[in-house]
Amino acid sequence: MKSTNFIDNLPKVYGIYTGGFIGFIIIMAIAEQMGMTAKAIGIAFVAFTVFIYALIGWLSRTAQADAYYVAGRQVPTVFNGMATAADWMSGASFVAMAGGIYFKGYGYMALLVGWTGGYVLVASLLAPYLRKFGCYTVPDFIGTRYGGNLARFSAVVVLTVASFTYVTAQINATGTIASVALDIPFQYAVYIGLVSILLCSMLGGMRGVTWTQVAQYIVLIIAYLLPVFWISNKIGAGFFPHFMLADEVARIGELEAQFGFVKNSAADLATVPKGLAGITKAHSAVNATPWAFISLALAMMMGTASLPHVMMRYFTTPSVKAARKSVGWSLFFIFLLYSSAPMLATLSKLSLLDPNLSTGIIGRSIADVQAIDWYQNWNAANLMFVSDFNGNGTVELNEFFMGGKAVVLATPEIAGLPYVISGLVAAGGMAAAMSTADGLILAIANAISHDVYYKIIDPKAETAKRLVVARVLLVVIGFAGATIAAMEIQGILGSVIWAFDFAMSGLFFPLVLGVWWKRANRQGAIAGMLGGLAAGTWYLVWVRTGGSGFLGITQLTFGIFGSAVSLVAMVVVSLMTQEPDKATQKMVDEVRVPSGKTILGKQ
Amino acid sequence: MSNQEKHWEKSRGLLMITLAIWFVFSIGIFLFGAEMNKVTGPFGYPWTYWFTCQGSLGAFVILIFWFANRQEKIDEEFGFSEREDE
Repeated sequence: MKSTNFIDNLPKVYGIYTGGFIGFIIIMAIAEQMGMTAKAIGIAFVAFTVFIYALIGWLSRTAQADAYYVAGRQVPTVFNGMATAADWMSGASFVAMAGGIYFKGYGYMALLVGWTGGYVLVASLLAPYLRKFGCYTVPDFIGTRYGGNLARFSAVVVLTVASFTYVTAQINATGTIASVALDIPFQYAVYIGLVSILLCSMLGGMRGVTWTQVAQYIVLIIAYLLPVFWISNKIGAGFFPHFMLADEVARIGELEAQFGFVKNSAADLATVPKGLAGITKAHSAVNATPWAFISLALAMMMGTASLPHVMMRYFTTPSVKAARKSVGWSLFFIFLLYSSAPMLATLSKLSLLDPNLSTGIIGRSIADVQAIDWYQNWNAANLMFVSDFNGNGTVELNEFFMGGKAVVLATPEIAGLPYVISGLVAAGGMAAAMSTADGLILAIANAISHDVYYKIIDPKAETAKRLVVARVLLVVIGFAGATIAAMEIQGILGSVIWAFDFAMSGLFFPLVLGVWWKRANRQGAIAGMLGGLAAGTWYLVWVRTGGSGFLGITQLTFGIFGSAVSLVAMVVVSLMTQEPDKATQKMVDEVRVPSGKTILGKQ
Repeated sequence: MSNQEKHWEKSRGLLMITLAIWFVFSIGIFLFGAEMNKVTGPFGYPWTYWFTCQGSLGAFVILIFWFANRQEKIDEEFGFSEREDE
């Protein structure tokens, strides 16, 4: 299937796919009018899309190492951009981000800047050079550039810690959506999510994941943008929300001033279900100190450039030049969703707050609100709550609570859109979480099978045997992730942010200096990776157990401390030990020019 | 200085310019977030709010494509570009 011919036909193949998906949405809309139940629509959306991904996964099956690890290095620039965008935008971006902006406003929007600005670092510091290197995995680069099994192994350790933290959050997200859409308990839904994820990646490795991720991107971007445009038009805010919501943003400011932010007593708050929050911060005002904003953005940017599941997407492009362009396309496709998240938060908040809109609930009587259909549904799902704290019989701004996920998942219903849109949003969230989980599980399994098993334990292993090991690892890691996800230790967003901090603590400087500083050597890199990871982890544990922290570095930005330690350790130890040999220095020179053979050649 | 050294020097220069622009949009402007938010910016949004929603994000997209084109030109100038295999 994946001949050159297939590559040439990609626009046509995905064009037909997109048309087919839109056709499916229309059929569901008609079915809804004819009386199909909300539950059946939800199941149809999730089942249909997952079936398509599984089909693509099966068609992409392969027995070649090159195809399994790097999709044969023939993924065209724009399609790799879409795949990276799906790989990148996780359950956190899709389900949780608009909710975070809704509740926390400006201080939280540092994530928007951080999760996009990081791509400038990826494009300029790393991706093209690692592509030239011709490696299969990120530890492959570390292991070859610095030499020695210990350096390679340290990189695998950092990669595993960061990616595993991240993947539990994604499996958690697939479980949440599957449990809502299919109406089954979360503990089982997690495993249904896992099986769907493995169907995409088991047979085809990177090749299977690439083509399913493109398909998942198309689903998730339609599912995100359609409600934003629809709601904006419905409430008369403007046909193109991104350019036309200034009045709505200002209106929210007015309403906030009118209602006021009343602080609830601890006793009142204790009656609110766990995980729900009220609006306590202004929508568009600057409510964070410059350092709080910048430190979070900086941590996310450096984390972006250190996360192996993103970096390895650029190993699949046909050339160095294509890798650079592909980063631009990735960010463009990410931009489409990220620039819409604040608009969705604005529309959602206005729909709920504004007494002039029929959907507004602030100022209405408690009994009225409790009788609304969508309120009852989401209240039953433990994602919405009202309580008459002051006993005046009406809902005040401080008496309405919502879960972060509900902003994306419930807004279509709140704004009075047909249920088919809610089904579409569920499918989109599932696509976002699945595509990221696939990339992460593959990154871990590939690192262990290629770097630990093949490069360290058994360098003579045959391709067939290596790929069996890779697939067994994929399943084992997936199940481990699902088991931890089922315990629900940390929320989706918290885990994701931690993953960035872990990655930057251990990998940012060893990767960047590997290209940009010839003098960096093995001892320095090992000190940088292990020292950075240990320092970051220590700081996290210290702050979590009541430590005061310093310099305003919180448990969400501990990577700043970890990476600073990593940088110092790496430079000091490198300078104290012998400089790298001539062959290594020559290798770095070759990495710096795009022409000529890749360093590792065809393996 | 060899051809390769000149190529690397120019590439490093481009990196510095790219990182400087990146710094302005990711860090620099947010040092003045509170002051800047009082002024009305593009499409009627307050400036800081607009930058966090669209401005900085869009600037990064343009910056990466600009960087990729410039780097390609540098590679061509010194004869290090790849053969047409895209």
